[in-house]
Amino acid sequence: MLLEIAVFAPLLGTILAVLLRASGSRAGAVWSSVALMAVSALAAVAVLVRHLVAHVAMHDVALGAWIHVGHFVTPWSLREDTLSLVVVVMVSVVSALIHLYSVGYMAHDRTMPRFFVYISAFTFAMLMLVTANNLLQLFFGWEGVGLFSYLLIGYWYDRASANAAAIKAFVMNRVGDLAFLIGIVLIYAQFGSVSFNQIFAAVPQMVSHHYSLFGDAMPVLDVIGVLLFIGAMGKSAQIFLHTWLADAMEGPTPISALIHAATMVAAGVYMIVRMSPLISSAPGAMAMIAVIGGFTALFAGTIGCVQNDIKRIIAYSTCSQLGYMFLGAGVGADQAAIFHMVTHAMFKALLFLAAGSVIHALADEQDVRKMGGLWRKMKITYVTMLIGALALAAIPPFAGYYSKDAILAAAFANHSGPALFGWVCGVLGAGLTAFYISRLMILTFHGAPRGDADVHAHAHESGWTMLVPLLVLALGASFGGMLLDRPFVGAGNAAFWGSSIVPPANLVLQLSVPVPAWVADLPLLLALVGFGVAYVFYVIRPSMPVALAKAMPGAYRFLLNKWYFDELYDSVFVQPSKRLARVIWRGADDQVIDGVPTGLARWTTDFSLQMGRAQNGSLAVYSFVMLLGLLVLLSLFLVVR
Amino acid sequence: MITLIAVAPILSLLIWLPVIGALIIFATGDASEASARSVRWVALWTSLVELVLALGLLAAFDPQRTGFQFVERLAWLPQAGVSYHLGVDGISLLFVVMSALLTPIAIVASWREPRRVRAYMAAFLLLEALTIGMFESLDFMLFYVFFEGVLLPMYLIIGVWGGEQRVRAAIRFFLFTLAGSLPMLLALVWMWHHAGTTDMVTLMHTPISASAQNWLFIAFLFAFGVKAAVWPLHSWLPDAYGEAPVAGTVMLAAVLSKMGSYGFLRFSLPMLPQATLYFAPLMLALGVIAIIYLSFAAFAQTDMKRMIAYSSAAHMGMIVVGIFTLTVEGIEGALFQMISHGLVIAALFLCVGVLLARGQSRLLEHLGGLAVRMPVFATFLMIFVLANVGLPGTSGFVGEVLILAGAIKVNFWLALLAGSGMILSVMFMLVLVRRVLFDQSRSSVALAPPDVGAGEWLMLAPLAMLVLVLGIHPDALTVPFDRAVHGLVQQTGGVLAMKADLHHRMLAMVSR
Repeated sequence: MLLEIAVFAPLLGTILAVLLRASGSRAGAVWSSVALMAVSALAAVAVLVRHLVAHVAMHDVALGAWIHVGHFVTPWSLREDTLSLVVVVMVSVVSALIHLYSVGYMAHDRTMPRFFVYISAFTFAMLMLVTANNLLQLFFGWEGVGLFSYLLIGYWYDRASANAAAIKAFVMNRVGDLAFLIGIVLIYAQFGSVSFNQIFAAVPQMVSHHYSLFGDAMPVLDVIGVLLFIGAMGKSAQIFLHTWLADAMEGPTPISALIHAATMVAAGVYMIVRMSPLISSAPGAMAMIAVIGGFTALFAGTIGCVQNDIKRIIAYSTCSQLGYMFLGAGVGADQAAIFHMVTHAMFKALLFLAAGSVIHALADEQDVRKMGGLWRKMKITYVTMLIGALALAAIPPFAGYYSKDAILAAAFANHSGPALFGWVCGVLGAGLTAFYISRLMILTFHGAPRGDADVHAHAHESGWTMLVPLLVLALGASFGGMLLDRPFVGAGNAAFWGSSIVPPANLVLQLSVPVPAWVADLPLLLALVGFGVAYVFYVIRPSMPVALAKAMPGAYRFLLNKWYFDELYDSVFVQPSKRLARVIWRGADDQVIDGVPTGLARWTTDFSLQMGRAQNGSLAVYSFVMLLGLLVLLSLFLVVR
Repeated sequence: MITLIAVAPILSLLIWLPVIGALIIFATGDASEASARSVRWVALWTSLVELVLALGLLAAFDPQRTGFQFVERLAWLPQAGVSYHLGVDGISLLFVVMSALLTPIAIVASWREPRRVRAYMAAFLLLEALTIGMFESLDFMLFYVFFEGVLLPMYLIIGVWGGEQRVRAAIRFFLFTLAGSLPMLLALVWMWHHAGTTDMVTLMHTPISASAQNWLFIAFLFAFGVKAAVWPLHSWLPDAYGEAPVAGTVMLAAVLSKMGSYGFLRFSLPMLPQATLYFAPLMLALGVIAIIYLSFAAFAQTDMKRMIAYSSAAHMGMIVVGIFTLTVEGIEGALFQMISHGLVIAALFLCVGVLLARGQSRLLEHLGGLAVRMPVFATFLMIFVLANVGLPGTSGFVGEVLILAGAIKVNFWLALLAGSGMILSVMFMLVLVRRVLFDQSRSSVALAPPDVGAGEWLMLAPLAMLVLVLGIHPDALTVPFDRAVHGLVQQTGGVLAMKADLHHRMLAMVSR
């Protein structure tokens, strides 16, 4: 019952908020959704504790039938195992904190209840995704979170840029979703089922099967794995399908924290981990995941170093951190991937909420070049954000250190080509991470205020609804890594995960394999270097970064323009589509396909119009045409007989 | 009630009740305003009683039984083997119910039509009688009469009550459909000669030589292809949908287009299995072209109604793909999509009607900002747009995923290309939403239009409910037609042993 409460309380919150909003009770709508979200979080924690303490076996809570055609059988149900419950707790707790935060942050918004309707509904969709026991229900939640992401990015729809970003996010996600859905139906065609249990049970027999594609026989599991991963790339903003995430920062900041940092974008990682019994038997797909994940970790980090919008810096950081998670999944360290997902949810939500607190204080200013010197004005925000930054930069003993370390160590221990490539990218990325987050912290909080003096003078600490979530998340970012290290990836991990994550035999040991000391310390060393560089650049010699950008204008513009992905896609996909659409409509459809019948119609129209004149009444024309038709029919009839 | 339905000639009743309603309207009404009022109520009540009867039929239908139910048979031309033969199975049943559901909605949508109210309402009732008759027919001759008869009221609805270009649109609609059904008439005559009867149940079990099957298939392709707007026979559609009055467009897009796809299922597949197998690659290709080509055409539209019209035709391409995968999943998906498409497209056109009734333009560049001024309308529009792009949880998704599950059994690329509609439809539907609901209005007539009124609630709310309920609980539809589709696939499956060959040729076609 607890799990049902955890999943359905947000849905009830949505419904109540809709009804109360319609009846005009603004506060009622807001607080009812906050309260039900709190209920959901409590129930989620309770069910996880019960699961761990009472050693409940993995089981499904059946809710009813969904699609039921031929062998295509999909139920509505909730899966209860360690993996799903860990993520349920993460989602519902972070969501509850962000609900509370939003009460303060959105207080001046005209349509505030609408905001709460959306985020409660989003949470429900996310929980349905996480608790699915079959691919189709997962896809239901998957598209559902995409929908609410779209609605929330475009929440301030009087801004043209928000509208454009919302559409971009939806369309780009759909590109990934198409691959995902084709992967699902391919699984159905090959395995005869879309339910996890049946798929996983049949994996050993499918290892040797091949599927012909591009005129070549490929291992079917690789084909499926790659399709699923393309879906995950769209949702988790990996390179090639990443451009929507930075634009998604058009949405209100709590949304950036909840959807575009902590939960929805992690859904891709969750799905890959959930499907790991299949994907770990697909070496081609594993290699691709490790390479793409590792490269995104580095690539997004390079962009994050030169951006000036506080939210966009954190957004590229999210992109990069998700890359680490995929690297973990791609080398078979699924536990480490989920570990990083959980710690990341805490420190990244914290960073976004703290950034929101800054933006709120500075009357919606988001450019770090116009900030500075804020630490005296908002000490709690400063300290909590500093904790988030340390956790992100993987400085011990903060949370990110444990989880990122586990991933990099596993990648090194794996020692295959793709894993080592990912490891190199990941280690370099660790240095960049420390650099860009220090740059952000220094520019925002230290030095002299560079923005409008009046705005700076009015900057103030936020209210309690916004500070409580910051403090709670700061606790998590401080101690989460330490506490969760043992059960998630340490000695207790096999007992903790039970049957929910079972890595293949050759990968089990990687987590416990001791890596050389220099390998273990290298990321930390590079992070410290990143700190040092940032300190030199932005505190000691502020002229240096400017001079550097002048010295290498090409490289600087390349990074500032985000590797020109937007421009590339615009000229390769967007503009040609628009042209093609015009050509099809005006050229092909109106001229060619329509030409012959139009000529015929014109002839008939002229003819009947003359008849119409002769008959002096439109109804007569119709009856005449009708008569004509009947005559043709009848004569044909007679001739043929 | 249900036992009563089992014994009463319910199918005939469903055909003749609207005819009686139309006759009453003609007999009692005159041109006065008072009479127009009562005419509307007579039409509405007739269609509502009809809906109750249709729902009774649905309740009394036994989904566990194979074959046709509620069969009625009267001699018509006994010496020629023609009879008045009615019956429904799981496939036709749902179309009867859908026609009966949409007619009262169309009548409510036409409530404020001031011109020639008597003829208008009578035309809708006749249209209902004829479409329902067509779905119930089990005699080819009878089917043909209804199939052609539908033309007359529809032609009048477009030509008399349509927009500025109505005459041109009506004539093109008429010519296209007429030209399309002439080959079917030849097919009718040939089959009549061949089997000595026009009884469809007999025809389904009459063997026909392979070469003759091919010719017959082409004949049916013209007749049904025009109705279902299969590419490239679709070019009558944008004009007819664009110019017809909103209620007329609703019936055209939701019900009349399904006459085509229904025809494929009722005639081509069971009667011409070998030809179906032979032509399946062609049909799949046409379906895929329709999805991609028409989606791009929709993307270029500047007129809301035409954009939805193109979107509707693109979805018909998806239905064609589903049918000609010749798999249980594909065909059930296509059937589900036919019903879902009927509800969703009808609702989208009704939304256009809501705007037109407020003096708003149909041109996207003149619309905008309605999310603030008409929030309830915005919610409805959003639900139907999401159903149209196949979001899970709405009815649009169920059909689409089943069709793709069928398609991938044929060929990977078929599934991928057919699935590309998922991306393309989002492209233009979201642009539509943005222009209508979100962008600032650039129109000078942008006063404050009132939000959805009571009558409009009555039209839109049931459709929204159905779209959501069927999306979460699709069994309500799939259980009735499950038996019939299995039977159909088995029947066509006599030749499905040659399926390997089909795979081979499709692969050759697609990879070329």
